[in-house]
Order: sequence, then structure tokens, then C-alpha cells
Amino acid sequence: MIYLAAEHFVRAPQWTWYILGYFFFAGLTGGSYAVATLLRLVGDPRDEPAARIGFYTSFVALIFCPLLLTVDLGASWLKFWHMLIDVTPGDQGLNFKYWSPMSVGVWALLIFALFPTVSALESYVLDRRARGSAGDPGGSRFRTVDAPAAPIGGVLGRAFNIVGGVLALFIASYTGVLLSVSNQPIWSDTWMLGGLFLASGLSGSAALIALLTRYRADAVFSLGRLHEADGYFSILELVLLVAFFITIGAAGTVGMTVSYLPLWLLALVGIGAALVAARGHMRIRPGGGGGSAVIARAGTDTLVVSVLVLLGGLALRAAVIFSAQ
Amino acid sequence: MASAIKPGESYGFFTDTSICIGCKACEVACKEWNQLQGNDPKFLADSYDNTGQLDDQNWRHVKFIDDVPTQTVDAGNGKAWLMMSDVCKHCKHASCMDVCPTGAIIRTEFDTVFIQQDVCNGCRNCIAACPYSVIALNPKTGTAHKCTLCYDRLQGGLQPACAKACPTQSIQFGLLGDLHTAADFRLATLHSQGVTQAELYGRDETVYGGLNAFFLLMDKPETYGLPNADNAKLPTRNDVGGYLAALVTGVLGVIAGIVAFRRRGTS
Repeated sequence: MIYLAAEHFVRAPQWTWYILGYFFFAGLTGGSYAVATLLRLVGDPRDEPAARIGFYTSFVALIFCPLLLTVDLGASWLKFWHMLIDVTPGDQGLNFKYWSPMSVGVWALLIFALFPTVSALESYVLDRRARGSAGDPGGSRFRTVDAPAAPIGGVLGRAFNIVGGVLALFIASYTGVLLSVSNQPIWSDTWMLGGLFLASGLSGSAALIALLTRYRADAVFSLGRLHEADGYFSILELVLLVAFFITIGAAGTVGMTVSYLPLWLLALVGIGAALVAARGHMRIRPGGGGGSAVIARAGTDTLVVSVLVLLGGLALRAAVIFSAQ
Repeated sequence: MASAIKPGESYGFFTDTSICIGCKACEVACKEWNQLQGNDPKFLADSYDNTGQLDDQNWRHVKFIDDVPTQTVDAGNGKAWLMMSDVCKHCKHASCMDVCPTGAIIRTEFDTVFIQQDVCNGCRNCIAACPYSVIALNPKTGTAHKCTLCYDRLQGGLQPACAKACPTQSIQFGLLGDLHTAADFRLATLHSQGVTQAELYGRDETVYGGLNAFFLLMDKPETYGLPNADNAKLPTRNDVGGYLAALVTGVLGVIAGIVAFRRRGTS
């Protein structure tokens, strides 16, 4: 049963810009790794270049996460490691509280960091190898690789990706659960935030990878599929957003969201853009008719849609964070 | 009483708001002993309250609540300003301890809730969790602060500064069992005098398993800014539901990805 809180006398924790940034990049690092893993494991071999974009993206987004979390601690930033190690006299040891999403999340982030790092390195090695075998050691971002090198590791490599993918889904979602596990209005009045942030993270990641295919011609093959996936993720996000508003409406805290209406609307625009792009993804098939003009138009569409989806994801998190505080 | 303070026993406050006169001696004594600078005075245009709230500089706060009806009532039936010296409740089931990821928040040998300043790293998860708006971040130290129930004084066999300074015995310190007995007696006395609205808050286990700092209130808890028993819930109540929703979304997300990417040879 969903607990419906009628009263809140709690102080806002002042989780603001750094935490917003962390939530955004956590969604992207987790979402990108999950999407990349799906592309690699269930997609066509020609999806491999897009998968590698996803691994690179996940790694770059990952770098921001611990930085933002540490900076947010302010004057106590040097004690960031207390999240992992209990220094209480007489009770020293590793610090893991399965019931505290912040504790679980810190450990998950630490372990997850291995996966984008290794997968991005693997992607870099494979791309270097492909460029070398094509007689183009300098490399060209826009050169098509007809037969991308297979991922390293065989079954073990796939298992590595799957474990990383599961952790990635957790990283993209636990930030929402962390908010719910509080006594703050809005946040604690719903169970939907974990799912909502995950769907938004997946959607934003698919959009970002689609956007980056502009800089890697051999990844264009996956463009339409990424938009289609983004559409599905956005449907999930929309359903969860509706459920979110129903639950906080029942708790009587929906009124607190009104002052951030523009952010909610921007989040909706992002969802809408993804849905429109998904519906029209057939237009951007290479060889689907229209030749380079169609590709060029698809590129423009992707730019606009991806930027809107990413802004929508950022706006969604900002609206959730700031509405309660 | 002071010499009897022993580790291993449960200590707390019984704050009887029916005899609080709003003198703020507790606030002053708390600041003086704990060397709290206090915030700059502000005119809040809200009765005699210029402290405003419990925070990192105010570990005791005397609330002034306007309970005077706008309509004139019969003699002897009027209401008055409610005054309440608010403080950390040192909950048996403490929300702050529940979510603290560093282990900085501990239960002491006196059964009180204490934030270890050298362990706290300022994540502010406890602030988001505390249902009483007790804990606040000190930006200079970067750590969370709240009432310690004068942990250092208890270790030295002294009662907390606020209880010692209270001129009306509104704040009583002692063994929890003794305080419960005193509170029950006081409540019975008030009820026998026709003050039927008086009630104990945090005396039993309905609110966070019982509060080591509990109150006798002259109105409903909500009037004092305290969640009632129906709303006094631990943050971790949302663990299972939150993770479950995320899990379902994750499964659906993976299925969506498979549907979108599984077709081979087409784009």
C-alpha cells in the first residue's frame, strides 16, 4: 500500500545544483551503459559502433559523478570516504547499510565505475585496431567501418557487459529511490521516482548516443533503432510521470509542483520529442529513399530531438528536486 | 539527580508545555554551554519568537503558537498562547540514524541520539529524513548539528543545561521510566481539573517507537508542528516500494531495448 503523507514538518536538505548535476550524469552513465549493452548483445553486428559510443558516453558521464558528489559535501569534502568506511571508534570497518539507498548507491557507484572504464577502454582498443587495419592510423571520425571488430572476451565479455548493465540500471534509478526514502514532501509521497529517473535516464542516453552518431558515420545504422528505443523509454517515462502526479495528488502535495510548471512542461516536451522522433524513425533509414537529403534531414531532426530529450531529463530532475524544497 | 547519571540507563526529557512561560532560559543555557554563537537576531513579526526554528545554532527553540480565538469566549474558557520548548526528540526509532550512510549518528550509552562531528561528512541525508526539522548543516564545519542532550555533561554526571536552567520545571530531565511516571501523574491531574485537551506526545511507542524527549501538549500535535501518530513514519518505509517500481521499470526498459534493437539487418 502506498503511504500517503498528509503532513510534513521536515527541513529541506538543500540538495541543489551539484546534486541535480549528479542525478543527471548518473542517469546518463547508467543509461548509456545499459543501452550500449543492449545494442551490443541483442542488436545487429552493425550496432557495435553505436554501442561503443554508449560505452564512451557512459565513461565520460561517470567522471562527473564522484566529483559532483564530493563538491556537494562542502567543507567536509575530505571526509567523502566516510561513506565507505566507518571510522567510529570501536566500530571500524566497511560501511554498508542495505536499507539506506545513499549507502548502497555509493558502493554501487564505486563498483559500477569499473564497467564503463573497462568497456570504454575496450572500445578504444577496438577502434584503434580497426583504424590500423584500415590503413588509417590517424583515424577519421567520419570514416565508415564496414566490419567493426568483435568485442573482446567472448562469453566472459558478454557476462561482463550484463553485470555492468544491471548495475547501470541501478545507478540510473537509485537516485530516485534515495529521494523517496526521506520524509520530504513529494519525494516521500511516491514510489515512482526510481522508475521515473531510470526511464528518463534511458531515454536521455538513447538520445545522446543518437546525437553522437553524427560524429561517427559507421554508427548511423543504429540511428533509427535508437530513436525507436527512445520512444519506448519515453512511453515508460510518461506513464510513470502520470503515476507520480496521481500519487502526490493523493498525498496532497501536488500543489508544491506548480511553481516549477515550466520545468515540468520542458520535461513533457522532451518526452513528446522522443515520441515524435520514434514515430518517424523510418524516414532516417539509410537507403530508405531520398538519399543524402533524407540523411541530412534526419541529422537535423536528431539534433533537435536529442537536445530536447536531454533538456527534458535535466528539467525533470530539477523540477523534482526543487519542488520539494 | 546529577550523581545518579549512569551509562546503560535510558535518559531523556519530559517537557511539560502547560507550565512553559516562554522565558527562553533553556535557549540561552543551551547556547552558553554548547558554545553556539546563534544566528543574527531577526524580527520575524511572529509573537516573541526571534529564533524561528531549531537549526545548527539553536538546539532548543521556544515556539510561540497563537491559540487565541478571534471570538471572545466565556470567562474561564478562553485559550492562550501555546509555548513549547522544542528540542531533538532522541527517537527510539530515529529517522536520521536510519538513513545516515556514514555511521556518524549513534545511540549513546545514555540511550540518546548523537552526531559524531568527526565522522559526519555533511551529506545531509539526515536532514531530509528528520520529521521534526531538528537537524541542520553548519556551513562552517560542513557537518550536521543538533541537540546532543548534553552528552558531555551526562558523561560528567551533570544534567543537561536547558533542564537545569528551566525556572518552571517545564523541562525535566531524568531516567525515562521516572519521567513517564511523572508525565502520567501530571496528565491525570490536568484531566481531573477539566483540561481534557492535554495529551502526551511520544510517551508511548506510537510515535517512532517512543521519544526520549517527549512532551505534554495542550493541543493536537499538528498545532505544534509535530507529526501525529498516523504520519510518524520512518523514511525506509519507501525502500521496498521505491526499489520495486525501479525494478519493474528496469525490466520493461530492457524489454523495450530488446524490441527496438533485436531486429537484424534493418535500421
